[in-house]
Amino acid sequence: MDDKYETIIGLEVHAQLDTESKIFCSCSTEFGSEPNTNTCPVCLGLPGTLPVLNKKAVDYLIITGLALNCEIASYSKFDRKNYFYPDLPKAYQISQFDLPLAKNGYIKVETEEGIHRIGITRIHLEEDAGKLIHEGSIDQSSGSLVDYNRTGVPLAEIVSEPDIRTPEQAREYLNYLKKTLEYLKVSDCNMEEGSLRCDANISLRLHGNKKFGTKVELKNMNSFKAIEKALAYEQKRQRKMLENDKKIVQETRTWDESKSKTISMRGKEEANDYRYFPEPDLVPLEIDERWKKDIEDRLPELPAVKRKRFIDEYNLPEYDADVITDSRDLADFFEDSVSEYKDAKVVSNWIMGEFLRLINEEKMAIEDTKITGQLLAKMLKMIDQDVISSKIAKTVFEEIFYTGKDPEEIVKEKGLKQISDQDELESLVEKIIDENPSVIEDIKNGKDKAVGYLVGQVMKETKGKANPQMVNKMFKEKIK
Amino acid sequence: MKLYKCSLTELKNMIEEKRVKLQDIHESISYRTTSTDPKIKAYVNKNEAYNIDELDQKDYKDTYLKGLPIAIKDNISIEDINTTCSSKMLEEYIPPYNATVVEKIKEAGGIITGKTNMDEYAMGSSTENSAFFPTVNPWGKNRVPGGSSGGSAAAVAAGMVPVSLGSDTGGSIRQPASFCGVVGLKPTYGAVSRYGLVAFASSLDQIGPLARNVEDIALMMNVITGRDEKDSTCVNREYPDFTEYLKNDVTDMKIGIPDQYFDIEFDQEVRESVLNAVEKLKKAGAKIERVSLTGAEYALAAYYIIATAEASSNLARYDGVRYGLRAAGADNLEKMFTETRQQGFGEEVKRRIMLGTYVLSSGYYDDFYLKAQKVRTLIKNDFDQLFADYDLILSPTTPTTAFKIGEKRDPLKMYAADIFTVPVNIAGIPAISVPCGFDQKGLPIGLQLMGAHFKEEKLIQAAFSLEKILNLDIKYPALK
Repeated sequence: MDDKYETIIGLEVHAQLDTESKIFCSCSTEFGSEPNTNTCPVCLGLPGTLPVLNKKAVDYLIITGLALNCEIASYSKFDRKNYFYPDLPKAYQISQFDLPLAKNGYIKVETEEGIHRIGITRIHLEEDAGKLIHEGSIDQSSGSLVDYNRTGVPLAEIVSEPDIRTPEQAREYLNYLKKTLEYLKVSDCNMEEGSLRCDANISLRLHGNKKFGTKVELKNMNSFKAIEKALAYEQKRQRKMLENDKKIVQETRTWDESKSKTISMRGKEEANDYRYFPEPDLVPLEIDERWKKDIEDRLPELPAVKRKRFIDEYNLPEYDADVITDSRDLADFFEDSVSEYKDAKVVSNWIMGEFLRLINEEKMAIEDTKITGQLLAKMLKMIDQDVISSKIAKTVFEEIFYTGKDPEEIVKEKGLKQISDQDELESLVEKIIDENPSVIEDIKNGKDKAVGYLVGQVMKETKGKANPQMVNKMFKEKIK
Repeated sequence: MKLYKCSLTELKNMIEEKRVKLQDIHESISYRTTSTDPKIKAYVNKNEAYNIDELDQKDYKDTYLKGLPIAIKDNISIEDINTTCSSKMLEEYIPPYNATVVEKIKEAGGIITGKTNMDEYAMGSSTENSAFFPTVNPWGKNRVPGGSSGGSAAAVAAGMVPVSLGSDTGGSIRQPASFCGVVGLKPTYGAVSRYGLVAFASSLDQIGPLARNVEDIALMMNVITGRDEKDSTCVNREYPDFTEYLKNDVTDMKIGIPDQYFDIEFDQEVRESVLNAVEKLKKAGAKIERVSLTGAEYALAAYYIIATAEASSNLARYDGVRYGLRAAGADNLEKMFTETRQQGFGEEVKRRIMLGTYVLSSGYYDDFYLKAQKVRTLIKNDFDQLFADYDLILSPTTPTTAFKIGEKRDPLKMYAADIFTVPVNIAGIPAISVPCGFDQKGLPIGLQLMGAHFKEEKLIQAAFSLEKILNLDIKYPALK
């Protein structure tokens, strides 16, 4: 990248808060319901209706603010943001203008260039709008349909300072944010379902300049990858413009995924005057110390802290710690297991291996699986006690994963108990020796590795249930 | 005796003592309405949903209102009955829910006779701004009934119904009550739920009763006040039985007469009539003193900024997308919005939306809206200080008696008709208008009593005494 220009990026993230009901009425926030079924006179903005604040949404916003190192306002209020659009039933959005619930926070992200601090200007609470639906594409459709199910779903708008310098940092910032919101269990951060959305502001200036260049707002990026790509594209476009002495126009540009470029949407003149004013239908919010403290007490250990602790306390390699602390549910599963089975690395291997393999194959959420840390620990102990072989353990594990059954039960029911009976194994070993005279000859001529083949034959014969260490030892003793 | 001439309290007593059948009352009311309303035009829509013949078969025995009739202003939502706000925009709109006051009236066993005419969206002081037809003052066929609750006041004055509900944003209950020679009370902001009242100016709107005597006002206040979980601005507190305050008189009540209000130039006959009432109150034992209060003209200026600002936002939802009028033939979204609003709103409504949009616009907000809010705080403090020493403040309700239909073409002159009533809404305090005499044309004159926040009982107590002292025979006009 050219060193002449410095890139300045700021991000505006909208995260749907995962409350049961909407922010100003009791309608469900469930995604994917039949259009316009999660609606009522209030969220449809029928004449005469009034909003009533869902306290849970405020709780969620406060905990988010605390996790992102923000100051929580002791006095806050809601404001109306006025604009006309068919998906906005009151023709204003209840939002927060000058007194957001949280402000002046920061997060630290790590990229190849090192650790970078990104300020968070503010986090405020607002209501989501509905969704326009078109038959075919917007150009082909003869009209627009509106689904108001999403109207009134609580949103946290998280605005960063213009502290981001590269598209990679932007991606890391978003990753961190997403992971944090998931840890707090305040948002499921699903970009495909629109529960996490991000707009970006980007401008360039000559290195050393104090003044910001003209910024461009980017919209319609539907994944973190798209955001990174759009920012990189825009960075290049603006640099080229500046190098050719062309002026950057202040405008909103939309990301066209199929063409991999940004396209001008509207200029500054067409920007709305939102005519903000205090929402007269709601009373101001006072957050006293007790309310704040109650929420502070519920603040879970955050990903970065947990990762470090897993390395220090359990001696996990950095890679393992990264993978396991990627989600709070996974980390909890790990710790539950480790509390009953001391070898953390073994637990980590099972989680990163079998567990995540099944999760990915089934496209399941961790919280939806039947397995618990206690069950995994119990199974691991059964391996150590030679009750089952590690090979059989995989079968047992799958069974626990799907059914949540006790591993002892599974082993008993399916007859998976390891064969460690001396006599039984000996007769098997002798049978295999008889059947493979040429292999025996090879071993006697010094080809020790062929023992493995013989052990494998026994395992095959017993469908994996034979104790491999015992069999191995027997072969070695018998073929001398 | 003609039953339609009886007050709500008289009817209630007769029903309780089984001296009359509910059916007879409603028949009398219905007969009076059929013969009178074609001249007065108080109703926009009569409720045909109830069957007079069946009334006595229903059990209203244990209810407070005993199946008695009540008319409701057409900006209060009733499930399955058109709520038009006397606007073309909502001519066909049928709410799917009941306003909280409607729920309360139904629970109390009240029967809603119909929806009364009003200035479109409650914007006006004469009911001439109804998109359908003007209502006529029962005291003079070429006179306006006042507004915006002109239909509610006229229906009560003409004996079509004993009581009605109106809404008061800047005087819309008290001014028509005064013009029509009836009693009208605007409760403290937050005493009556606004849920279901189609919003004009949310921080000023309040629902209140109109009746032919103070006793009926007390009765209705018992029904409609109280906390509502659907309205966050509705205050959670205990209310007294307002009828208990009919027992006391004005002895030792301290009443302030603000110099600044009487310094305003207004009709001489109104002045004399009000001052005559003041003398009588003094004789009855009230302590009357001249006091100083911020000029009402400042309240009027602040009012037309705050009310229009909120209205511009509240009325933005009428865009043709979901309900109400949609202009035919628009081939794009913006046209649909603009043409719908062009066709659906009347002149005064458009004027106020324009004003309100202007005062909230970027660059003007501080000079208008913010300044008006500061004036509002000053006015409120001024009232609070006075109420530390005085029980009530007294003024005329209106500067003149009912003016002629079509007389006030200049909107500013029309706005000035609210000069005595507007400060009450700005301060959020309660006030009552009671008849205190007639001018030489035989038109009623109203006197306004203002009280401290949530001191409606004092208003009722003093107004009831005044009513007894003056002993005016104004139960119903001659209907020339």
